[in-house]
Amino acid sequence: MLRIIAIGMNHETAPVELRECLGGDADNPRKALTWMRNLEVVREGLFLSTCNRVEAIFVSDEADAAKESVILLMARLGGGQTGDFLPCLYVLEDRDAVRHIFNVASSLDSMVVGEPQILGQIKEAYALATREKTSGVILNRLMHRAFHVAKRVRSETGICGAAVSISYAAVELARKIFHVLEGKKVLLVGAGEMAELAARHLLAHDVSSLKVANRTFERAVEVAGHFKGVPVSFDEIDSELPNVDIVITSTASPGYVITRDQVKHSLRKRRNRPLFFIDIAVPRDVEPQVHDLSNVYLYDIDDLKGVVALNLAQRKEEAVKASRIVEEEVGKFEKWLKTLAVVPTIVSLQDKAESIIQAEFYKSRSALDQLAPAQHEAVETLVRSIVEKVLNDPIVFLKERAGRPTVNTYLDLTKRLFQLNGMETEARGEMEHGE
Amino acid sequence: MTSPWFSLAFGLYLLAAGGFTVFIIRQQKWVFRWSYWLLVAGFLSHTMFLGYGYYQLGLAPVLDLRSALSFFAWSLVGVYLIVQVRFKLMVLGSFVAPLAAFLMIISSAMPLTAGPVKPLFKSLWLTIHVGTVFAGDALLTIACLAAIMYLIQERQIKQKRLGSMYNRLPSLATLDHINYYSIVYGFPFLTVGMMTGSVYAQVALGRYWQWDPKEVWSLVLWLFYAALLHQRLAVGWQGRRAAIMSIVCFGVLIFTFVGVSLLMGGYHSFSSMGAR
Repeated sequence: MLRIIAIGMNHETAPVELRECLGGDADNPRKALTWMRNLEVVREGLFLSTCNRVEAIFVSDEADAAKESVILLMARLGGGQTGDFLPCLYVLEDRDAVRHIFNVASSLDSMVVGEPQILGQIKEAYALATREKTSGVILNRLMHRAFHVAKRVRSETGICGAAVSISYAAVELARKIFHVLEGKKVLLVGAGEMAELAARHLLAHDVSSLKVANRTFERAVEVAGHFKGVPVSFDEIDSELPNVDIVITSTASPGYVITRDQVKHSLRKRRNRPLFFIDIAVPRDVEPQVHDLSNVYLYDIDDLKGVVALNLAQRKEEAVKASRIVEEEVGKFEKWLKTLAVVPTIVSLQDKAESIIQAEFYKSRSALDQLAPAQHEAVETLVRSIVEKVLNDPIVFLKERAGRPTVNTYLDLTKRLFQLNGMETEARGEMEHGE
Repeated sequence: MTSPWFSLAFGLYLLAAGGFTVFIIRQQKWVFRWSYWLLVAGFLSHTMFLGYGYYQLGLAPVLDLRSALSFFAWSLVGVYLIVQVRFKLMVLGSFVAPLAAFLMIISSAMPLTAGPVKPLFKSLWLTIHVGTVFAGDALLTIACLAAIMYLIQERQIKQKRLGSMYNRLPSLATLDHINYYSIVYGFPFLTVGMMTGSVYAQVALGRYWQWDPKEVWSLVLWLFYAALLHQRLAVGWQGRRAAIMSIVCFGVLIFTFVGVSLLMGGYHSFSSMGAR
């Protein structure tokens, strides 16, 4: 009996040091696949390694032996003893393994639920497995279904919807105010990692100009250099306020750098065009009362954190919807998996019919050779469609019984009725190898 | 008897309004598509109804409140369908369709009036006058709806409570644009409507202006919108203040449209038209 097994560790089960050990080397997945290919007990294999998870997904008909070898393999990969990381591993089989893979692909098992990178990483891992020829009928189908599930989850739920990082939440807010950021002017006051990240996001949305103000002009020149921006001195903030649309502040100043009065004075010159302040500094740089002015919006770091928390909560809600989709798809996949058991018998049945057709054509060749090509073709079509029609009912019958416990009785019966035993061994091929 | 075209349009508008309500909650595109085409179908059957009315009466069927409301609903849906092509703002339908359905509900609740039409009304000027005024009214209604949406969205952003409407409504800039353009295009229609009305009065009654309550209130309305446009263009009003102002203006519009006709008499009132 073939089984699908997933063994691995993720950000929840294993500390980062351990994951680094296993996933640190970029060449590890290839190495793992090579070793897996050499394992007698592993039929098909795939190895996924990202900064948050290391997993081996494989198909075997000797589950216990295979599990043991794969765990040993992972230990060898990490260069440690199995005892070290055994408690951090999860081992999932069949239905659970399929569900797990679907969950991972749909980013339901990620540290930040809904982040889409994982799908790309899985696609890469699968591409590697196909290159290394460790993926077969079952894993091919499984992975393609996983991609399909991920796509469904993405389009049918809002799980990838709203921003879950502070800088991105700020950009999203800006887009809710200005609609397009193209042509908008940005002023960056002070510098800091998060402020620069937000500036980078804004630049990616085609803002037209970026000015950088800093207490020390040299620093402003330096930061402006990173973004192809224009450095301005701190005293110029006042004269810049009427022109800019988005202001990001993150100075280390203990007091307010931009006051309500300053902004209020600029409003008339702005002709009421909206102005959006993103204050990432602690203590704050922009006087909170600025937010009360009309067409002026001020979000400080706590507000943005609130937005992010809300979006995360929304994603969790959507995750419930997504789980339903996953469950549905797991059911479909299981159904397919079960039909697999009857496939070899069906194939040999069809092969037998084909060989009979060939043999009979051969016997009647002298009579058939006298026919015109069109007639010959008609005869062949006729014969094939008769055979197809006769075989159709037994095949449908077998497929329907595929999931039932009595399936073996019917397979046996079919083999005996059509005397398939002789040719079964050839037809079985890759699929049933080793049974 | 109620025309079957009217009933069909009414039913389709109701379905579309329901669909658009589902759309704003569920946010599924196919719901929007269905509602949109229901609305289009409703509009077409409504057009059939009005066309037939025109053919029968020899003028646009607007002489009682029932017909006037239905004509207003038709103009509103027509203008929305045009605006939709330009702005492609799906959520707008969720505001327009229920309003159109509401207008139709009131319209269908009004008594049917029938009888010969005064020869006074059988003039092409009346159709032009009413057509332009209603096109203007419909655009200004869209402006008001956009203003309402703007205020909802602005409130969410100001209060930093980004609720469920936050995701469903478009950006502030988009809403302000729709409000602005609806007024910029609606105002000339209103102006032309008043001018043609005046010409029609001259042709029919011999005077351009006779201090009829509807005339006076239309002038007030015109001044309100003129002031709003002035503030927007010359002073640079936009956003919240412009939105509130356009809602106030719309209040005057509704009063001029319904209130004056029902309460104040004059030759514009439906009762005087009914006595035909």
